[in-house]
Amino acid sequence: MSSAELMDFDKALELFEPVLGFEVHVELNTKTKMFSPAPNPAAPGAGAGEPNTMVTPVCLGLPGSLPVVNEQAIRYSISLGLALGCDIAPTSRFARKNYFYPDLAKNYQISQYDEPIAHDGAVDVELANGTTFRVEIERAHMEEDAGKLTHVGGATGRIQGADYSLVDYNRAGVPLVEIVTKMITGAGRDAPELAKAYVSAIRDIVVSLGISEARMERGNLRCDANISLSPRGSGKLGTRTETKNVNSLRSVERTIRYEIQRQAAILAAGGTITQETRHWHEDSGTTSPGRPKSDADDYRYFPEPDLVPVEPSRELIEELRAALPEPPAVRRNRLKESWGFTDLEFQDVVNSGLLVEVESTVAAGASPAQARKWWTGEIARLANVKAVDPSSLVSSEDVAALVVLVESGELTDRLARQVLEGVIAGEGTPAEVVEKRGLKVISDDGALIAAIDDALASQPDVLEKIRDGKLQAAGAVIGPVMKAMHGQADAARVRELILERANSQG
Amino acid sequence: MTGHGAASELIALTAAELSARLASRDVSAVEATQAHLDRIAEVDGDIHAFLHVSADALKTAAEVDGARRMGAKLGPLAGVPIAIKDVLCTLDMPSTAGSRILEGWVPPYDATVVSKLRKAKLIPLGKTNMDEFAMGSSTEHSAFGPTHNPWDLDRIPGGSGGGSAAAVAAFEAPLALGSDTGGSIRQPAAVTGTVGMKPTYGGVSRYGAIALASSLDQVGPVTRTVLDAALLHDVIGGHDPHDSTSLTDNWPSFADAARTGAAAGTLKGVRVGVVKELGGEGFQAGVSARFAKALDLMSAAGAEIVEVSAPSFTYAIAAYYLILPAEASSNLAKFDSVRFGLRVTPPGGGTVEDVMAATREAGFGAEVKRRIILGTYALSAGYYDAYYGSAQKVRTLIQRDFAAAFEKADVLVSPAAPTTAFKLGEKLEDPLAMYLNDVATIPANLAGVPGMGLPMGLAEEDNLPTGIQIMAPAHEDARIYTVGATLEALLEQSWGRPLISRSPRHPLGEGRTK
Repeated sequence: MSSAELMDFDKALELFEPVLGFEVHVELNTKTKMFSPAPNPAAPGAGAGEPNTMVTPVCLGLPGSLPVVNEQAIRYSISLGLALGCDIAPTSRFARKNYFYPDLAKNYQISQYDEPIAHDGAVDVELANGTTFRVEIERAHMEEDAGKLTHVGGATGRIQGADYSLVDYNRAGVPLVEIVTKMITGAGRDAPELAKAYVSAIRDIVVSLGISEARMERGNLRCDANISLSPRGSGKLGTRTETKNVNSLRSVERTIRYEIQRQAAILAAGGTITQETRHWHEDSGTTSPGRPKSDADDYRYFPEPDLVPVEPSRELIEELRAALPEPPAVRRNRLKESWGFTDLEFQDVVNSGLLVEVESTVAAGASPAQARKWWTGEIARLANVKAVDPSSLVSSEDVAALVVLVESGELTDRLARQVLEGVIAGEGTPAEVVEKRGLKVISDDGALIAAIDDALASQPDVLEKIRDGKLQAAGAVIGPVMKAMHGQADAARVRELILERANSQG
Repeated sequence: MTGHGAASELIALTAAELSARLASRDVSAVEATQAHLDRIAEVDGDIHAFLHVSADALKTAAEVDGARRMGAKLGPLAGVPIAIKDVLCTLDMPSTAGSRILEGWVPPYDATVVSKLRKAKLIPLGKTNMDEFAMGSSTEHSAFGPTHNPWDLDRIPGGSGGGSAAAVAAFEAPLALGSDTGGSIRQPAAVTGTVGMKPTYGGVSRYGAIALASSLDQVGPVTRTVLDAALLHDVIGGHDPHDSTSLTDNWPSFADAARTGAAAGTLKGVRVGVVKELGGEGFQAGVSARFAKALDLMSAAGAEIVEVSAPSFTYAIAAYYLILPAEASSNLAKFDSVRFGLRVTPPGGGTVEDVMAATREAGFGAEVKRRIILGTYALSAGYYDAYYGSAQKVRTLIQRDFAAAFEKADVLVSPAAPTTAFKLGEKLEDPLAMYLNDVATIPANLAGVPGMGLPMGLAEEDNLPTGIQIMAPAHEDARIYTVGATLEALLEQSWGRPLISRSPRHPLGEGRTK
């Protein structure tokens, strides 16, 4: 769709009130899958595995196989429900959602339907302007993930036009919790920001609970964004679209913004919105309609007869409630205090969605100031260039290691940026990149003095100026020296040595 | 008795008798297995009880003999051959559930009951024929041709487990495993003069049993005597962590229960409830007559016969034919050609949906398609409450009727099937008539209670076997074995010999009247 078919965002907001709704899927990081003892690729450090190696007869839906509920997944789901402020159902039930698709081994998904494990909660989401927006949660239910299809041949990598498709069932049966919001109204022009902040808040919660790796780029956390527009003052709801599997915080925000502009343009031109599933395209920054499903509305849900109801004891629920980590707002206050950040500095971190990253970087040994500086600075900049989430570029451990190298004087900021590049390029840990690229600061004064003398020889007037008290003249020498050292010198030390030189030759 | 060799004697033994001979090393497992393999070779061309005969049976038997020679402590059925319904997954044999769509499929795992057989050192002889995916009451819906009733080859052996019942009735195996969703163990037992037990739902693991209707399916023994069924039940029963619906009961020894019953000789103090709704109209006269005689016998043995009414049983078939197809439509969705089994690509290729549709079109038989369509409809948006929802309510009512009946009676009895074996082809074009064969057995499945089919004599009008059904409250399977063994002894006393000895296929020939 060309931009001509998009309405200006401000104008769209004058005419329409956006109504939002989100379904966030969280892959739990249990050791084994939801209903089988197969290893869980979403477990910490598990990795995706060679195709179809992390499977049992249950994951493959072989005849005669039966599901058995993973108890740890139940505990994690209850914890998540409690953290979302939900009621935990004393009895919840699994149900079969029936539809045919080759990535769904049994051609039904075991999910929960009218009896979810958690319901009626709320999440308070902080916006950049400092206000808090309450997003109400309708339900959080447990289900299993599907396998992964790879479409081979054809230009788009989509099923249309492909020669054949490969199925990998490693992901089939990975435990999921789907968090469904109630209808969100009143966000107005903050809608795109709220979308991002909401998903970020969910991510913070699951990370603090330790129940998911929560890496959006790996699909540990996936967002389906529903949006419709209501003509201002009409009190009427519009037709909604659902954009599936938006896999970064940035994309969530862009998707909402784009759909507001797209739908507004259609409605203003007298058109109607088709209720449909859409896909987000990161490269073009647009959405497009998904494959129409003829039986989309009839999943023929019925209670899963292979499983018994989930009936957690009151004791278990209270035990899990007592073990909950502090609520995000309390946590934010504590972190701000302990890091000694100003309101502005802290808001900068929160609004960038980098609280978790900064926290874990500090935990890995970096100073709070440096951790903030790198995440909201260079890493955020590179992420923006690459149009990805910062956390997908580099691990907190690597950032902390980088910061430690800078703080010990082994790297200058400039060298550190090169090391970061190397780490992101997959060349290894910061220490390994330093080694491979030979990027250590030259701390040998002898080599520096030789270079300074060379530079001074070609600019004899510099020494005169310094001796006359014009210390800034040293700058004219620092440049050539740094160049001669291929940047691997500490500029402050070079300056010091130049001044010493000037004085000693006096 | 002239002309009958040692092999004929061996196959005529009950499993309990054979296991005693094996334990005393009077007979080897290899000899017993060979005798049954020979029998299969001799008669299965006529009976067609087996879809697959194991190539490893003799090897397994030799291993058991070796273990016995080494002094290994073996279970009571070690070395006894057994036939396995093809609905159960076996690592070393194809498991087709009687369907073209699974032809040749060898599972990468054993059903839990099969691993238990192997652990107890029974000798799997092969896989038995069945109605496709256990949908039927005659075994005529097998994709691989019907099984014939050993009492009369022109007649059906019941279904869906006609292969297992016929194999046992024709002395091709002393024991077999069956599965019972609405009567598939008990109704074939009734029409072949054998014993079939459907345990309490959850009493035996369903893991590796290719599912028909998950909330109704139960695996159980098919044998010629009550004691043999109890011995086999002791082997296959118990909790299985792979089956969430499996019970954690500490089950008593069913063999002990059966022996107690056989020795008792009396039913004094036992309240036997006759279910009013499971008799009368629609039941063959000879079946009703035999049932009346069995009641007389029990009464004479001291049982208190009480009539109980279970009004909601009238709706059992209707509810069953909503719940079963609904669950089956979902359970059978996995047969889509993507991961295993048949794949049919339509001419010129096509989309994945086209391939799935062509495969299911070619791979499923008419009855399977009929039930998938019924079930899909029953679960559809807008119809769910009226069909599946109402059926579940009926199910609750049936459970309440059972609970009320068991207030008045210790066991409930009825004929196990409304008629004796009918002619092959007779009801094939009339699904509703076919469905009525399970009228007496379905309520037990809907309520999850145990039920046994036990021979109660030949019907006067056609000289074909009839069966009585004994039901007990859930978890009380032992009670059925005790009462069943007493009744079996009383009946055999009254006949002077076991009913099966009158079979024209009896290896020692007493039944050969022509």
